[in-house]
Amino acid sequence: MTVELFIQYFFAGITYGIIYAIVAIGFNIIYNTTGIINFAQGEFVMLGGMISISLNAFFPLPLAIAGAVLITMMVGALVEVSFIRWLKSPSVIRMIIITIGVSILIREIALHIWGESVRALPYFLGDEITTIQILGARISPQVLWIIGVCTIIVIALSLFFRYTMHGQMMRACAANRTAATLCGISAKNMVTFSFMLSAGIGALAGAVMSPVTYTEYDIGTGLAIKGFTVAILGGLGNSMAAVAAGLLLGLLEAFSVTVVPLAYQDVIAITILLLIIFIRPHGLFGRKDAAGLKEF
Amino acid sequence: MKHLLPISLLLATVVLIQQLTLWTDTQFYLTQLTMTGYYSLLIIGLCLLLGYAGQISLGHAGFFAIGGYTSAVLTTRDFSLHLDHPLLVVSDRLGLLMSRADYFGGEIIHFHPWAAAALALAATMIIAYLIGVPVLKLKGHYLAMATLGFGIIIYRVALASPIFGEADGIFEVPAFPLLAGLSISGDFGSRVSNYYIAWVLVAITMFLLLNLINSRVGRGLRAIHGSEEAANAMGINTASYKLRTFILSAVLAALAGVFMTHYSSGIGPSEAGVMQSVRYVAIVAVGGMANLWGALTMGVGLNFMSLRGMFGTYDEAVFGLILITIMLFAPQGLLRLSLFNQLKDLLLPASLKGRLSKPGRKEEDGTA
Amino acid sequence: MKKLLLTTIIALAMLGFSAVAAVAETIKIGAILAVTGGASFLGAPEARTLEMLAEELNEQGGINGKKVELIIRDSAGSPERAMSFTRQLIEEQRVFAIIGPSTSGETMRIKQIAEGGRTILISLAAAEAIVNPLARYVFKTPQNDRFAAMQIFKTMNDMGISKIAVVSGNTGFGQAGRNQIAQIAPDYGIEILENEVYDSRATDLSALVTRLMSNREVEAVVNWSIVPAQAILARNMRQAGWEVPLFQSHGFGNIRYVEAAGRAAEGIIFPAGRLLVADVLPADHPQKEVLVTYQENYEARFNEPVSTFGGHAYDAFHILVRAIEEAGTDREAVRDAIENMQGFVGTGGIFNFSATDHNGLDIDAFSMLTVKDGQFVKLEQ
Repeated sequence: MTVELFIQYFFAGITYGIIYAIVAIGFNIIYNTTGIINFAQGEFVMLGGMISISLNAFFPLPLAIAGAVLITMMVGALVEVSFIRWLKSPSVIRMIIITIGVSILIREIALHIWGESVRALPYFLGDEITTIQILGARISPQVLWIIGVCTIIVIALSLFFRYTMHGQMMRACAANRTAATLCGISAKNMVTFSFMLSAGIGALAGAVMSPVTYTEYDIGTGLAIKGFTVAILGGLGNSMAAVAAGLLLGLLEAFSVTVVPLAYQDVIAITILLLIIFIRPHGLFGRKDAAGLKEF
Repeated sequence: MKHLLPISLLLATVVLIQQLTLWTDTQFYLTQLTMTGYYSLLIIGLCLLLGYAGQISLGHAGFFAIGGYTSAVLTTRDFSLHLDHPLLVVSDRLGLLMSRADYFGGEIIHFHPWAAAALALAATMIIAYLIGVPVLKLKGHYLAMATLGFGIIIYRVALASPIFGEADGIFEVPAFPLLAGLSISGDFGSRVSNYYIAWVLVAITMFLLLNLINSRVGRGLRAIHGSEEAANAMGINTASYKLRTFILSAVLAALAGVFMTHYSSGIGPSEAGVMQSVRYVAIVAVGGMANLWGALTMGVGLNFMSLRGMFGTYDEAVFGLILITIMLFAPQGLLRLSLFNQLKDLLLPASLKGRLSKPGRKEEDGTA
Repeated sequence: MKKLLLTTIIALAMLGFSAVAAVAETIKIGAILAVTGGASFLGAPEARTLEMLAEELNEQGGINGKKVELIIRDSAGSPERAMSFTRQLIEEQRVFAIIGPSTSGETMRIKQIAEGGRTILISLAAAEAIVNPLARYVFKTPQNDRFAAMQIFKTMNDMGISKIAVVSGNTGFGQAGRNQIAQIAPDYGIEILENEVYDSRATDLSALVTRLMSNREVEAVVNWSIVPAQAILARNMRQAGWEVPLFQSHGFGNIRYVEAAGRAAEGIIFPAGRLLVADVLPADHPQKEVLVTYQENYEARFNEPVSTFGGHAYDAFHILVRAIEEAGTDREAVRDAIENMQGFVGTGGIFNFSATDHNGLDIDAFSMLTVKDGQFVKLEQ
């Protein structure tokens, strides 16, 4: 394999991987504060794309994206307030079924608002065939946008959790909910906030990736499945690990094209992930006790 | 014999419904009821695994597909070019092969439906065993992801392999001769008999499962569900119990797949999809997890409405809404009517409540 | 023997019922379409077209004074639901005929049910297996994939292309095209060097493009899929700087897809019915009037461009209406009328049915188009 080819596959892999990672981080944020997997995470990504495309008809691009992120955050908060907040110590499976129901609902509402057709935002820089040469490989600038924005999201999140009051409060809730409540942190507000946060980053990723990947009402399911797989593979609750696992899956998919028929790509990738999980039952970077904590 | 009464009631209802459709000249309902019956086999099997053994599986549509596809391939593909293959020589000696005229007037040689069904179930058992051993060591979300991954693999293989018909799936699957004069097929003429075949099968399965959960095995399962460590300490071989339950529910799913395939004369990748698996789990959950009757009722209700196309393009949306509503207001399943208790909580002053109800238990919906 | 007798009696009884139903005031026409789900790009425009046509027809007084009652069922692309709905429509609603389903997988599953129920079925799916082997009551309006592939290969012969890569989506549409291409490529002296199937939901195909591009012998790419993959592929190819000709299937037939691919769509070559170039057809072209009327009505009403898929539903509906106008409401007579219909001008071409051809179109139904300045134009050679 020549260097150009390698770079070309590498960038393709990074692009898939970083998108999976963002969805997985969305899962992790909510998981950390509530212990549930929010299967509507993929729908937040879809909403981000769809709403920004609709807003772009009236507003300039940055404003449209900002609006889409805000609206999706509101949707996230609405979901939490109406379906999660008032339940008294609900079980994990109950919460999961509820989020599955919510994801189906959002998807169907999107179908009846936007129809079945495929949409996309315009390319942020240049157009469909503009490319940048990197070590002989040709990369669309939008791919760099995706990688850049997602990287910034990851860094900003880790700074947020480490250095801001809000972030530390959320981490406290994740570590020990009762103790955090005793310290005067409103755990319920933290949960609402975690839904808004993960809806927001999902929406941002959805808007940035839509020029390359296109958006339609039912892209959420596939993304949620990939994101869930990546979150588990990295070790639930660990966002940095999710990035590593996402990139691993993305690169696996990209490079597998060279050896196996594309039609079996998922079979190979998932088999490898399953083998990893069998050998390391708590994910690549997960702690043993974390896996035992939240059961069905 | 316990459980004879409810099973007799189930059978009586089955007969009553058939008679009702006869009197009201609405026998067309039997078509959807038959299909519903086969799906119910899978759902009660999954209920055993999910509600009683406490192990989630997001890949049960995969087992349905293994059953359906195996028997479809063996009964529709032409094996005449491979007759000198040792496996086929043996099968031929055993009388497992048969021939029929194909669509273009030629002759094809394929497996007898009985042989195909047996092979499908055997294959399912082996696969369930191989998957179950490593997968059941996992817990919680990790178990969910592993079974989901298994489901995706089956779906992808079905969609990618020419032998499984890729996106179009397999059609022209022949009828399944059950007994003399009785066969599983979608013929207009054999609608009533097929309805009874499906529902007698459901009744038998219910009977067996009900007895199972009230036996030593069932108590062991519930102990595992409560606390695996404690169960282990009491001398229950938890790994073996879990594995056997997993295999049993997989075989039931495959059985549903085999019969459904013969009834609807084919199978396609949509039956193997991940959303299909999620749908089954959701149905068990809204039925009340550890509640075979609840799962059966919800399964029949939801599948019947969907197959009848009652909500048109809103079918999925209504399904989502039902999931949310039941999980919010009746988390122990619609049939346990905790809705009633919640209403009571809301309406009655606290002083009265103490006298009316026993000390409230913490929410317990079949999950640890 | 006994069973056969019983089946016959029941079939006759049902025929009796349907005869009774046919005397009623309205003519019931069922439609099973994938309005939602993965194949909604087919079913949704088909459903809109049928609703529009039924309304127009009823406003004009129906067929021979009888109104049409359209019953649309959404199968969401699931063969099991299509099966259930077929039986409902036949036994319960006692429809006169069924239009649909949208996909080949569904059609093949219900073909026998329609035969058993002696109900006319006009499928909107393309697979050749729907009408070959022939079933007495089953027809279809989309052109055979074979003709599309033949047109592509003819163009390739003219362009001097002989070594190609074939990529297709993992849907029924992609599957049918891929099989036809593999079958007839040798007849045109064309060698398939690469053959890959991708997920129809793929969000990026740059890895695949890189793989194909590394094979320097490939002179052209044929893609058989639906949106968005066909737009994504075009973009990824041009982004990678790979300038070989890209041939798409007739599934590219919607100007939206050109918009979706943007500048990357320039120069894409594909076979299509004449619906897409209706406005540039010469005024004396036999299909001109039909095409322009459908296009104008549809676009005015739904505020979106017409697609060839909606056109399939248009053809199916009008073939049925014309047959009923000619033969009344006796189902057997209508079936015969369709089978003997000659020179029906539809959006997909000029249909000439016969006892051995239940599709009625030939290779001339397709012409080769290309994209120039964001518009469909006839391919000039």
